Parts: sequence; C-alpha cells; structure tokens
Amino acid sequence: MSLFDWFANRRKSDPAGHSGQEREIADGLWTKCEACGVLAYTKDLQANQMVCLDCGHHMRVYSDERIQQLIDPGTWVALDRDVRPVDPLGFFDRKSYSDRIVEAQSKSGLIDAVQTGLGDLEGQPIALGVMDFRFMGGSMGSVVGEKLTRAIERATAERRAMVIVCASGGARMQEGMLSLMQMAKISGALEQHREAGCLYIPVLTHPTTGGVTASFAMLGDIIIAEPKALIGFAGRRVIEQTLREKLPDNFQTAEYLQQNGFVDAIVPRTQLKSTLARLVRLHHASRRAVATAPTNGARLRDEVMLDGQRDGLHVERSIAPGSIAAQP
Amino acid sequence: MATANRKPLYLDFEKPLVDLQERIERIRRLAEENGVDVSDQIQQLEERSHQLRQEVYGGLSAVQRLQVARHPRRPSTLDYINAMTDDWLELHGDRRGGDDPAIVGGVASLDGMPVVILGHQKGRDTKDNVARNFGMATPGGYRKAMRLMEHADRFGMPIITFIDTPGAWAGVDAERLGQGEAIAYNLREMFRLNVPILCTIIGEGGSGGALGIGVGDWLMMFEHSVYTVASPEACASILWRDAGKAAQAAEALKITARDLKDLGILDEILVEPLGGAHSNPLATAETLKQGIVRALEQLLSLSPQARRDRRYQKFRKIGQFTEGPIESLATSAS
Repeated sequence: MSLFDWFANRRKSDPAGHSGQEREIADGLWTKCEACGVLAYTKDLQANQMVCLDCGHHMRVYSDERIQQLIDPGTWVALDRDVRPVDPLGFFDRKSYSDRIVEAQSKSGLIDAVQTGLGDLEGQPIALGVMDFRFMGGSMGSVVGEKLTRAIERATAERRAMVIVCASGGARMQEGMLSLMQMAKISGALEQHREAGCLYIPVLTHPTTGGVTASFAMLGDIIIAEPKALIGFAGRRVIEQTLREKLPDNFQTAEYLQQNGFVDAIVPRTQLKSTLARLVRLHHASRRAVATAPTNGARLRDEVMLDGQRDGLHVERSIAPGSIAAQP
Repeated sequence: MATANRKPLYLDFEKPLVDLQERIERIRRLAEENGVDVSDQIQQLEERSHQLRQEVYGGLSAVQRLQVARHPRRPSTLDYINAMTDDWLELHGDRRGGDDPAIVGGVASLDGMPVVILGHQKGRDTKDNVARNFGMATPGGYRKAMRLMEHADRFGMPIITFIDTPGAWAGVDAERLGQGEAIAYNLREMFRLNVPILCTIIGEGGSGGALGIGVGDWLMMFEHSVYTVASPEACASILWRDAGKAAQAAEALKITARDLKDLGILDEILVEPLGGAHSNPLATAETLKQGIVRALEQLLSLSPQARRDRRYQKFRKIGQFTEGPIESLATSAS
C-alpha cells in the first residue's frame, strides 16, 4: 500500500470526512481531490494550478491565485480596490444584506466578488477581471458591475485586450433591479471596447450561470472554458421542475456548450496563460499588419500610433502627432 | 367582461368592488321590474363604488401589483398595437429557422411616423397562452427581436418595445440554442443602434427575459407593472427557502414603478385608469401612445451619436456603492 492509498483509505473510513465542492485541506499539507479522492501534497497541487495530478480534475481557485497564475510577476496593478458594496434596498430575508456583506468580507478577505486590474500577460499589456465565487457565490451586484465596467473602459482607452475570468451564480438578488441593470451596463462597455477594435476573451469557469451567462460571459470575440465547468442560463433544477424530463448527462457543461457552438476552446488551466497569450499576440499582430498597410480612418491611425509607441516601431511620418485618442 | 363559462376574472382584493357592482346591478334590475325610481340610491352606490376603487387601487402592495400586472385581462402587446397604430404589418421569423410566437413585431405607422414595434406576447386565453408559451421567449425569439431592430436601424425607424414576460424560457432547447448568448447579444447590440429606442414595461418585466429587449433611451412603466431581478416566487424559494414567502420577497425586491423611479432605473411612470389597465384598455392605450409620441419627439431632436452617448450614460450611472478607505465609511455611516 502506498502512502497515498493509506491516506485515501483513512479519509474514506473517517465518518466525519465529508465530500463537497469545497476542496478539503488535511492539515494544510495534503489536499484531497474531490473527484477521484486521491491525496496530493498541497504544494505540488498548487504548482499544478490546483488541477488534480491524478485525474485532471480542476479544483476551484480563487481570485488571488488566478491573478498569480495569469499575470507576469511584478506587473499587476489593481484597480478600484476601494469600491465597496452598500445595501441600497435595506434588504432583509432570513438575514440582513448588510450582515451578509460583513460576513462574506470577513470570511473571504475580499471587498466584493470581483478583482480587476492591469498587468502583463507574457509581456503583453491586458486588463483583467477575476470573479471570486467565495464572495456570495460570485454574485453580480453594483460593485461587480462598476468595477468590471471601469476596467473595460480603461482597456478601451488604452487599447488593451480584456480578459474576464467568470465564476458566478448570476445577479445578486439582494440588490434587486440594480443588479439586473449591471448586465446592460457591462454589455454597453463591451460594445465600446469592441467598436474600438479591441479583443475580449471571457474565460468561463465553474460555475458560470444566470445573468453573467446572459451578458458578458457570452460576449467574447473568443470564448474559452475550463474543462467540465458548469455553464448555463437557467438552473438545472428549474428546468427539471418545469419540464419533468431527464436532462442529458453532460447538460450545461463546457463540453456541451462547445458541441452546441457557444465555446471556442476548452483549455486546461495549466495551458490557460499560454493560450491567452497566444491569442492576444495573434490579434495584435493582425492589427499591426493592417496598420502597416495604407491607412484610412481615424481608428486605424490611433492603432498605428499606439502600437508603434508600445513596440518601439517606427511610426509613419504622415500621421500627425496629437491624433492619439487616449494616452495610457 | 366575465362570461358564465369562464372563471371569474377578478383578483382577491377586487372582491368587495365586484360585490358592490353586482349589488348595484341587482337593485337596478329590481327597480326596473317594479317601476320604482331608485336613481338617487344608485348614484350613491356608484359614488361609493368609485371611492372604494380608489381606496383599493390607491394602496396596492407589491404583491397585489404583481397580480394586476399578471391579470389575464391586462392588455397585451398586440392589443396596444391595434389600438394605437394607423398602419401595422406583423413580420415573422428569426431567419435562423424559427418564428417564436412569444415575441411579436412588425412595421407600423404611429401618427404617420414609420416605426418598428416589437414585444412579448402573452396569450389571450389558455390555448393561446400555450401556443405563445405564456410570453416566455426562446433564444429564437430574442434573435427575431434583434433582426427586427436591425431592420429598424437600417431604415431609420424608431424602435418601440413592449415588455411583458415572466422571464426567458428555461428549457433544454433554450439552453442548447444559447439562451444566454441570445440575450447577451441583444444587450450589447442595442447600445450600438442609431435609431431611438423606447421601452415600456406594459405588464410583467421578468429578469433577463425582459432586459433582452429592454435597453433603450427612455424606459417607461405603467404604474401597476413590475420589473424584477428574479420572480418573487423564485427569490423566496432561494433566499427564504420557502416559496410561500413570495409576498415578502415581492416587497423586499423593490419591483414597483415607484421603487424603480427612486432607484434611478425608470424614466417615466404611466398612469393607469382607476381599476388598472384592464378596466379601460382603450384609455390605457391612449396614455401609452401619448407617452411614446412625447418621448420620441425629444429623442428625435438629438443626433444619433448624442443619443447613443446618452444611452450609454443612462445605464453607466446605474448602481449604488461607496468608494474610499474604510475609515471614511465608518464616519459616513455614523
């Protein structure tokens, strides 16, 4: 019997042992995979970005780890860290929303369910938003809407590619209609980002549902998902109840969405950074190729200037200085 | 007009009104049969009825408004279109293999002005409701709506949308065909369109299914309509873990026109006749038409770019949060 098996058996026979979505930390040193039950040395698992070394299961990672995994060391600049949630409706269900906020903040160490910022992805400047499922199920209220909108606006102004790592149960009911309207607000910001010719890639992780699916998760120029992530609009239970029919086994998984044409690529987490970097590089290269061709129109001119500045390329003389739309 | 073969179409809280109305009718009939003049008493009772109606409809709770908004006799998109346009041709199909009857739309003339009107369509009776899936649109419905809006944009016709849905359809096919993508696409593209977009919640504004045709320059809502992030029933079963708490959820979610005006989401509340839109559909249609014409006049005076900027800013502003380090929060809270 190997040491791994011994541990695995011990955990299995432990009556207090519980399996669940949350990853289990045994003394912090060892982590058990919730899919195959195999124990792994936590440091090895972290080195493998919390992807099970045995079965390839993707365990949940939170926003800090995610930023670390994607952004080049020393280049991360967090944006709008002081934007904080309030309780606009004075909402009270079994508990007041104000109390829920305080509880979620002290439990997660986060201010709300998203972190945003600027950073380099293999040397290429991007804007990044990372949702965090720990904070009230990653639900989208005013703070998530405002921070993502500001990050997208910043990306538009600086002609950066935008990446949003999605993990959310949908709109935050405790903020009522203000939450629903964030879907429109973020989509509007993405429209401007798109109009400016910039690349947007959402990364759909487990789970991405509800109002997030019905807005920015599905608006990518290219849409990437993590293996086996749950992605859907309506909840599985709701559909089962209304239809009383058996749902396909892979229903609302990343693989199901890809089969039906809504996901471009399912990328294992260990290859996520390099894949995103390749995509950003390709699209910027195409813009540069267009830019070196004879230009017409202000938008192209702006891009030549910005790309030229950033990459130290020689900028054609015919372009008047001062025509830059936005300075970083 | 309730007929014998239908179940009575009044709401619980309307019962005293209906009872009183029946009493008036009875007295009137008796008086006629016996040749007695009771016009004084009748007039008194009519006044009482009017007063009672004012009392009942003046203080509706959120859940009562929800009932009015879902009233089976509440005028629907097609009712309003028929009442207010001087020309109308319904157009069909999403051009992707379907024609969702839960969303209707077409070209119309409104006081001589060419417009495109589209909206959710609930059924007028059970059979119609089944055919129209109770106004719950499929992804094809949202794509049909976008196709009509693109048409409007191409020909410079203002877009008028009527919102009345319990929510977007939640089914296996809807998921397979990309309900999320269909709604998301509309949210983004409605910011891009150059023509004025005017949205009105005529009944029930159910979550993303409502918003999917609800991004516009001017948002109006009838006074008894509701607009919800999630249906109070769903919210109650999730947050209270008890679907029976729907009335409480309806109150807490702030779903009425007044609430949404206060939150900065709604631009204009349209007054309904005493007794709700269903008590006088024609008068209600006239109110709606006037509201639309008034708003269009304003919007048409702006350049397309100014309109789009304004539309973006309108949504950009929505949301409530604080900003600043914790210290300043503590002082502002005290």
